[in-house]
Amino acid sequence: MKLDLILRVTTKLILPFMLLFALYVQLHGDFGPGGGFQAGVIAAGMIILYSLVFGLRAAQRVIPMSVVMRAIPLGVLIYLGVGVVAMMKGGAFLNYSTLASHAEHGQHTGILLVELGVLVTVASTMVGIFYAFVERGR
Amino acid sequence: MLRAVGSDVAFTVLSLADQLPGLQIVVPLVGAIVCAFLRRGTVAWVVATITTFALPVIAFGLLREVQANGVVSYRMGGWAPPFGIEFRIDLLNAYVLLLITSISAVVIPFAKKSVAVEIDSDKHAWTYALYLLCLAGLIGMAITGDAFNIFVFMEVSSLAAYILIALGTHRLALLSAYQYLVLGTIGATFYVIGIGFLYSLTGTLNLADMTSRMAELNLLDPPSASLLAALAFIFVGLALKLALFPLHAWLPGAYAHAPSFITVFLAATATKVAVYLLVRFLYTVFPAGLALGDVPLREIVLALSVAAMIGASLVAVFQDNLKRMLAYSSVAQVGYMTLGMALANEAGLAGGLVHLFNHAITKSLLFVAVGAALYRMHSCRIEDWSGLARKMPFTMAAFAIGGLSMVGVPGTAGFITKWNLAIGALELGHWWLVGLIMLSSFIAFFYIGRVVELAWMRAPVSDLDDARPPPLSMTITMLALAIGVLWFGFETTFSLELARDAARYLLARGAL
Amino acid sequence: MSPALEALVASYNHWITIFLMVAGLYTVIAKDNMIKKLVGLSLFQTSVYLLYLSPGKILGGTAPIIAPEFDVYSNPLPHVLILTAIVVGIATIALGLALVVRIHEAYGTIEEDQVFAAGDNE
Repeated sequence: MKLDLILRVTTKLILPFMLLFALYVQLHGDFGPGGGFQAGVIAAGMIILYSLVFGLRAAQRVIPMSVVMRAIPLGVLIYLGVGVVAMMKGGAFLNYSTLASHAEHGQHTGILLVELGVLVTVASTMVGIFYAFVERGR
Repeated sequence: MLRAVGSDVAFTVLSLADQLPGLQIVVPLVGAIVCAFLRRGTVAWVVATITTFALPVIAFGLLREVQANGVVSYRMGGWAPPFGIEFRIDLLNAYVLLLITSISAVVIPFAKKSVAVEIDSDKHAWTYALYLLCLAGLIGMAITGDAFNIFVFMEVSSLAAYILIALGTHRLALLSAYQYLVLGTIGATFYVIGIGFLYSLTGTLNLADMTSRMAELNLLDPPSASLLAALAFIFVGLALKLALFPLHAWLPGAYAHAPSFITVFLAATATKVAVYLLVRFLYTVFPAGLALGDVPLREIVLALSVAAMIGASLVAVFQDNLKRMLAYSSVAQVGYMTLGMALANEAGLAGGLVHLFNHAITKSLLFVAVGAALYRMHSCRIEDWSGLARKMPFTMAAFAIGGLSMVGVPGTAGFITKWNLAIGALELGHWWLVGLIMLSSFIAFFYIGRVVELAWMRAPVSDLDDARPPPLSMTITMLALAIGVLWFGFETTFSLELARDAARYLLARGAL
Repeated sequence: MSPALEALVASYNHWITIFLMVAGLYTVIAKDNMIKKLVGLSLFQTSVYLLYLSPGKILGGTAPIIAPEFDVYSNPLPHVLILTAIVVGIATIALGLALVVRIHEAYGTIEEDQVFAAGDNE
């Protein structure tokens, strides 16, 4: 049990930093390499690491499969929602300039929201793939 | 005459008519996401049906607009091409869009009972979600004017198709999906390689812009080696997707083992969009004088089409499984489409383009009839269908009408295609080609006739206790398709005339 | 070095791309094990990423993020295209592996010749 203890304590220390780093990568997509997909994968990696060290059941108590299956279309819905709102305001699909009074603010808002949608979908897809593969062996 | 909508500088508010190209993509995507949230299969079917019925309305509106005002361009995100992605609709893809959306609308009622019986109930909602995603991908491929966007939509539709095929009941469905995945991904990657060469040569991804840059940068005369390499890679990539002989290996397994509704849907739409893309690249992006003149592509495609028409039909004769037989028949029919493309005169190209539509309705009718019989009989082996016509007369009559169209009997849609292809071949002096077209019709008569004879004239081999007429939703679909096959054999305003307009438009652009 | 040889050596990025492309395609065609085929497919797709990215680098250019001190930037468009292509590649390989798992459960083997020899009557 001693080896297990080191892993568990180290993982508990690392996990919050993984989430922080995922959010950092997500929000700094405008200024450096990053954005929704990379952040989503890091966030999913956090959950997968938790599952590897503490067991699948513990991970599924935190994020059950039903939440994952709902989150996958939710991210796409956010993305499409931004596009449809842009259409309803009279612009073309995904024309972010329509989202705020000033075109540049509209672009900022639009990109933040679609990257959020991408984050949700990618993270939940990666976690979903992991759960699906691991549950197969049981 | 281009009418651009949605500018990026102090944009003008778009009306509903202006938003049609955007809606064509957004409606099936939103429908797919709504289906993904649902639990019950029947509710998902209702959502899928409503979404699918809305799409031909939009496509028809687009066709009317293109016929009235010329090319329609829609700027995604409001960014102007060539930097932004634009949806560019001219006579060719307005026709293809109307085709895909209408066929999907006609066959979606068939899905209700067919999916319910062939796929596990907890997967129904996701099946409809994936079906709508595949349809959205196909529509996107047909509507977009940006080369890389084509790849994105191609992979959206292909990945959805791989999953849908894997939902089949037999374990061979998994193997067929895997083979389709490997071959399809190689095809898409070849396409991306070709686009990579084109991008590094011309500096743009917009299809219309690429053509003008090719001329400006003196890449055409003599043709630059990288340009020819790009043409080669794009041709092979798209040939894999449209199952041109000999790159058709994935098709028989995929069509034979997928769930019946998926076979109907994919047989009617997937290869057609790939043929459209090939025509788009060979006639519009690469000037037709290059693709079909300087390079011996015309002769190659001609030879491969003839090999497909004759070879695949011969293989179909020896099949025991009805779906597999129809799948090989599809490979042969793709040969007709590419033959029209290779003939490159107005009659030939129109014949090839109208076959996109005629084959779609004919094959859907045949596969729907097979699906309806499968719903009752649970077997696809041809021998098990002996004497079936006594118990399921309407279904077998529908199958017979589809078969007549496949052979190309006058009065059915299939005849229109063969007639135009023959005229196109005669205009070029290729008498032997007319003979080969008739030979493949003759072979088709064999393999269809075998099934019809067995069903109507032989005694039943096993008890046909389960066989009785199929559910109403399937009968309605079969009736609509059968009427369509006969109707479009006579009244060709929406099939042949549109194809002719598109062919004339394509040939006017390139110097052949 | 003669100019022809210099040109040949200077395009070393293309030689690496070609090597990976052919190695990937060969693995897909020649290997029977389904997972090895997917590995080859992934290798083939990776070579395409190199095909796009290596010409995108402008010698003397910096990363394509606008900053006041720099005026030569590498081309950002290939990076964007390849991000999309990488995501598509991941989805494809994940789907392929899921299919291999299911095939293994259904047939007991993942060697393609053994699966074909299982003699399925349709």
